[in-house]
Amino acid sequence: MAEPAIAVDQLVVYRGKRQVLFDLNCSVPTGEVTGLLGPSGGGKTTLLRSIVGVQKLRSGTVTVLGLPAGDPALRGRIGYVTQAPSVYADLSVRDNLRYFAALTSGADRIPQVLSSVGLAERAGDRVGELSGGERARVSLACALIAQPPVLVLDEPTVGLDPVLRRDLWNLFHELARGGTTLIVSSHVMDEAARCDRLLLLAEGRLYADDTPEAIREQTGTHDLEEAFLRLVTQPEATTQLEATTRPEAAR
Amino acid sequence: MNPRIALATAWRVLRQLRNDPRTIALLVVAPSGLMILLRYVYNDSQQIFDRIGLSLLGIFPFVTMFLVTSVAMLRERTTGTLERLFTTRLAKLDLLIGYALAFAAATIVQVGVVSLIGFGWLGLDAPAGVGWVLVLALASALLGMATGLLVSAFATTEFQAVQFLPAVVLPQFLLCGLLTPRSHMLEVLRWVSNVLPMSYAVEGLIRVRQGNVDAVLIRDVAVVIGCILAALALGAATLRRRTS
Repeated sequence: MAEPAIAVDQLVVYRGKRQVLFDLNCSVPTGEVTGLLGPSGGGKTTLLRSIVGVQKLRSGTVTVLGLPAGDPALRGRIGYVTQAPSVYADLSVRDNLRYFAALTSGADRIPQVLSSVGLAERAGDRVGELSGGERARVSLACALIAQPPVLVLDEPTVGLDPVLRRDLWNLFHELARGGTTLIVSSHVMDEAARCDRLLLLAEGRLYADDTPEAIREQTGTHDLEEAFLRLVTQPEATTQLEATTRPEAAR
Repeated sequence: MNPRIALATAWRVLRQLRNDPRTIALLVVAPSGLMILLRYVYNDSQQIFDRIGLSLLGIFPFVTMFLVTSVAMLRERTTGTLERLFTTRLAKLDLLIGYALAFAAATIVQVGVVSLIGFGWLGLDAPAGVGWVLVLALASALLGMATGLLVSAFATTEFQAVQFLPAVVLPQFLLCGLLTPRSHMLEVLRWVSNVLPMSYAVEGLIRVRQGNVDAVLIRDVAVVIGCILAALALGAATLRRRTS
C-alpha cells in the first residue's frame, strides 16, 4: 500500500485547559476523498488545524507528505479552507484570486478555477457583496488556485443548495482522480456517502476509520447516520476497530 | 523573503485602500482640511502657524497610518486571512514589507497633497528643504504602521483597536514639543518625552523649519528609523504561525 498523505500518531491537543483530542491515530490515503464526520465541538476543526500545521500540539505527531505538519517545506502544498470564509471582503473575487495566485506559482488559472466553483459570472464583484455560500466558494477557489497536492476543507458545503453541493462533491472527486488528497469535514451525515473513506470523530475520539461500505457492514445498517449513532453509543458492539482507536470512556 | 510575494502583498493592500473611498478621504482630505483650518485659526500669526503646521506634517502620517494599520491587521487576524497566509509561502517579512510599501505609497500621496496646500497656498515654509519634510513624514508614517501592527495583537475587536489611538497618540502629542518646547518641560516629563519616538520626528521638523541640516536632524531621523525597526520586530513576534 502506498504511503498515506497524512498520518496522525497518538495526537493529543489541548485548547486552553480543555483537552480536545485524545490520543488520536489515523491516516488519510493519497488521492482519495476522506470525510471527517462528527458532531459540532467534537474536535474536527482542531484535527484539521493540526494537519495544516497551525495548531500547537501537546504530544504525538502529524506527518503530511512525509514531513512533520507545519514544516516550512509544506507551505504552499496544503490548501486550507477554514469554516468561516477567509478572504478579503473589500476586494473583488478576481483580485482575491490574483493575490492568492501570486503567493504560489502565479499561474493564470483564474477563469478555470472560478468556473469550477460556479463563480465565473461574479469575478468582478466585491466579495463583501456576495452571499454566504458564494463567499465560501471564493474561499475554496483561493485554495484551489495553487493546485496543492493536499486540500484540507473545513465544512466547505455549509449553506449551499443541493445542486451546488453535488457539483462541488463532483469537483472533489475529479481532483482526487488527478492525485489530490482531500480531507473534507462535515457535520451533515448525508455527505458521508460521497466519501471514499470516513473518519468519525466525536468528543475528541475516533469512532471509525474505514470505507462507507465497511462501516455499513460492521454496524449492520445501510443508513450511515444510524451506523454512526450505533458506533458512538455502543462502541463495544464494534469489533473491527484497532485497540488504539477504541475509546476508553465508552458508555 | 520573496520580493514577488512582498510586491503582490503591497498591491493587494493598495487595492483594498482604493476600494475604500472613505478611508482615502480620511488619509488625504482630513489632514489637508485641518491644515487649512489651522492656518485661519492662527490668522494673526503666521509664525505660530509655521511652527505648528510643519510639525503636524510629522504627526498626521503617524496617526492615520496607525489607525489604518491597526484595523487592517486586526481584520487579517480575525477573519482568518492571516492564518491562511501563513499556510502559503508568504514569510512574515514579506507581509511586513508589503504593508510598509503600500502605506509608504499612501503617505507620499497624503504628504504630497498636504504639502502642496501648505507650501503652495498657506505660506508654510521649510528652509531646509521639502525633501526633509517628506523623509520625516515617511518615517513617521512607517512608525505609525509598525505601532499599529503591534497594537493589533492586543485588540480583539476593531472597537478596541480604535481605542488605542488616544492612548498611544495623545501622550506623544502632548510631550513631543509641539505645544511647549521640550527644553521648557518639567525634567520628569522631558525624560518621558525623550523615550517617545514622535518627539524625534517633531524635533527633526523643527530643525527643518530652522533651516538646520545638522547632526541633530540626522540623529532624529535615525532614532525614528530605529523605533520603526524595534516596533516591527515586536509586531512580527506577535504574528504566530502556530497558535493554541
